Amino acid sequence: MTTNAILQVIVFFAVLLALVNPLGWYMARVYEGKPCGLDYLLGPVERGMYRLGGIRPTEEMDWKRYGMAMLFFNAAGCLFLYGLQRLQNLLPLNPANLGAVEPNLAFNAAASFVTNTNWQAYGGETTLSYLTQMLGLTVQNFVSAATGMAVLVALIRGLSRSTSTTLGNFWSDLVRSTLYILLPLALLLSLLLISQGVVQTLSPYQTATLLQPVSYDKPVTDTNGMPVLDEQGKPKTESAIAIEQILAVGPAASQIAIKQLGTNGGGFFNANSAHPFENPTPLSNFFEVLAILLIPASLCHTFGLMVGDTRQGWAIFAAMTFLLLSLIPLGLWAEQRGNPLLATVGIDQQAQVSQAGGNMEGKETRFGIAESVLWSAATTAASNGSVNSMHDSYTPLGGLVPLFLMQFGEVVFGGVGSGLYGMIVFAIIAVFIAGLMVGRTPEYLGKKIEPYEMKMAALFILIMPFIVLGFTALAVGTEMGRSSILNPGPHGFSEVLYAYTSQGNNNGSAFSGLNTNTPFYNITGGVTMLIARYWLAISTLALAGSLVRKKTAPSGSGTLATHTPLFVTLLIGVVIVVGALTFLPALALGPLVEYLLM
Amino acid sequence: MKEQIRPALTMLLLLTVLTGVAYPLAVTGFAQVFFQDQANGSVITREGKVIGSRLIGQYFDKPEYFWGRPSATAPFAYNAEASKGSNLGPTNPALIEAVNARVATLRAADVVNDLPIPVDLVTASGSGLDPHISPAAAFYQLRRVARARGIEESVLRDLVAQHTQGRQLGVLGEPRVQVLLLNLALDKRR
Repeated sequence: MTTNAILQVIVFFAVLLALVNPLGWYMARVYEGKPCGLDYLLGPVERGMYRLGGIRPTEEMDWKRYGMAMLFFNAAGCLFLYGLQRLQNLLPLNPANLGAVEPNLAFNAAASFVTNTNWQAYGGETTLSYLTQMLGLTVQNFVSAATGMAVLVALIRGLSRSTSTTLGNFWSDLVRSTLYILLPLALLLSLLLISQGVVQTLSPYQTATLLQPVSYDKPVTDTNGMPVLDEQGKPKTESAIAIEQILAVGPAASQIAIKQLGTNGGGFFNANSAHPFENPTPLSNFFEVLAILLIPASLCHTFGLMVGDTRQGWAIFAAMTFLLLSLIPLGLWAEQRGNPLLATVGIDQQAQVSQAGGNMEGKETRFGIAESVLWSAATTAASNGSVNSMHDSYTPLGGLVPLFLMQFGEVVFGGVGSGLYGMIVFAIIAVFIAGLMVGRTPEYLGKKIEPYEMKMAALFILIMPFIVLGFTALAVGTEMGRSSILNPGPHGFSEVLYAYTSQGNNNGSAFSGLNTNTPFYNITGGVTMLIARYWLAISTLALAGSLVRKKTAPSGSGTLATHTPLFVTLLIGVVIVVGALTFLPALALGPLVEYLLM
Repeated sequence: MKEQIRPALTMLLLLTVLTGVAYPLAVTGFAQVFFQDQANGSVITREGKVIGSRLIGQYFDKPEYFWGRPSATAPFAYNAEASKGSNLGPTNPALIEAVNARVATLRAADVVNDLPIPVDLVTASGSGLDPHISPAAAFYQLRRVARARGIEESVLRDLVAQHTQGRQLGVLGEPRVQVLLLNLALDKRR
């Protein structure tokens, strides 16, 4: 770890901390329907939308209706996105003349974007038209995030209302999240990013004449565009010279802003935020990585305000920050140390004034080790999944950090909305465990935690390890799964484990050496993402529906205070023990063995 | 249940118009007015012709040019239409082989140079389009470029220093040299 790396981490957390209070307060105003400063501008739009949709925003919904509305809306979005990809070759705004997306890939991408995962089995600039990126991906970036926020707000109302039956109105929460929170922030961030050099244009790709032509081996293709094989079955090549470079551009900034803010992560370009047009400077990188954690962190304060005790929000924020901060140094150390296998051939991996050093395979010069590692931790702590360096090329322990952070169940900040509702479920488990220890009925925020709540919480936490480990076992046990692996040995196992961990937690980042654009991975991955998102959201709503009916009991002398350092410690312990230790045996087979072999 | 269908479809339609059409178009409009250069790819033009972008690297292997990072894009290096990292794991023999081959090429191009090779010069970037190298990687190549061009090393060293960007705001990122701009400046000297 270098001094500068430590400084960059401190600056990052200081700025984040400074923004949590004002944004958390603003979001609480939005959800409580109080004036928030943008009402004059956006109020007419909001009311117009309700009128056209036949929605009465004040009409209260119980948890079943709230859940149904959410499912209908998401199903409609999924079908629309699937259709858009299948028909993009016939639709306008396709200057690169890209063809229709294959059915299994289109299913995977549709599931990926409605579930706020943004797993990228496709390569942006080679697969998706401008129209698909705008009408499909950008839209889902907004509304999948807004869906997560709506479910969170419903759970918060379940905790803060006493002896009621309803949790608010899904449509109103969806529209207000999008209009008042996501859109203004995305507009602001887009402009900051464009000023740094992120592209934003509807013109076709630009052609540049190269200063020095490049000679290369060009694969020979037949008239159908299929590769021609030689006698040994290898693809035939011929020598060719490239004299031009096609610069892929497009309306990128608007999508990148929301992919970062909405913990989405699906890039405009294949290389995601490692691509210089997505993330051109260290400052653009700072804005983008800040945007990853901004809303999930601020929602902690929103939660505190809405339950009428801001200490509750800060306690959860403290637990999240502790978990994230405790893993960043491991990543920094492992990556800065470099790859010992390269040290033998006269390569300088030492950090100096004139170079970042460390393990630079898959990293960009402008970001070096510090910004790459900070990003890899933030993007997997939150369920964002965008990358500014290739996680597959990380050292074993450097790659273990993002993998482990996802295996906490995406509750260390997590997805917008979904991360906090996950953490609240863990808090409920923590008070239950504490209650067992002292033999009292557990309570959280004055609500008695009874068998029904514990059943829902158990459903919530058990399904994720089950699908992640189940599909990983299926993939490494079959040729269909194994044939996609790029790197040999334990690293190949890590690739598969990472793929299902990422999709099973709606993260979306990848050890992308694994070729996941195959029917097997597209379909199992798509199913994983759908279960991970909706199983959890529905059990959360059921939990909220049960909590809202209970009376809020005043806290007595025997009540466990849930804002104290003691409780924060307990919560951290529960997240580690219940959440992540499930994966320890699998981690031992992947990154840990690879580390010992290196 | 049925009463949810109308709001679901209307909200999807309206939010699509708002976030998928109005929002990107508004951002595009603003970008094209206020940040025209950046929004269109920060291109470098010479005599009306586009010769590259300040943000996207190009491939160099002639001795008289500074070389950039290795690139994993297909079918040729620095293909800006298909960004990609190598994704090779740290223990993959293919990575070690590739790095050894790059070391051999660098050594062969400058046989008397026995300085250790900066790691960024022999490892592929994440995007395959990295426009930068570390100042150390530029200094490593001074002697080769100086000999191929018949220029004093000290002159080159100054040129590299002129093209070195420090950390942004003094803290963020890493110091770096933009290879294409440096090579263009070299050609201009002739």
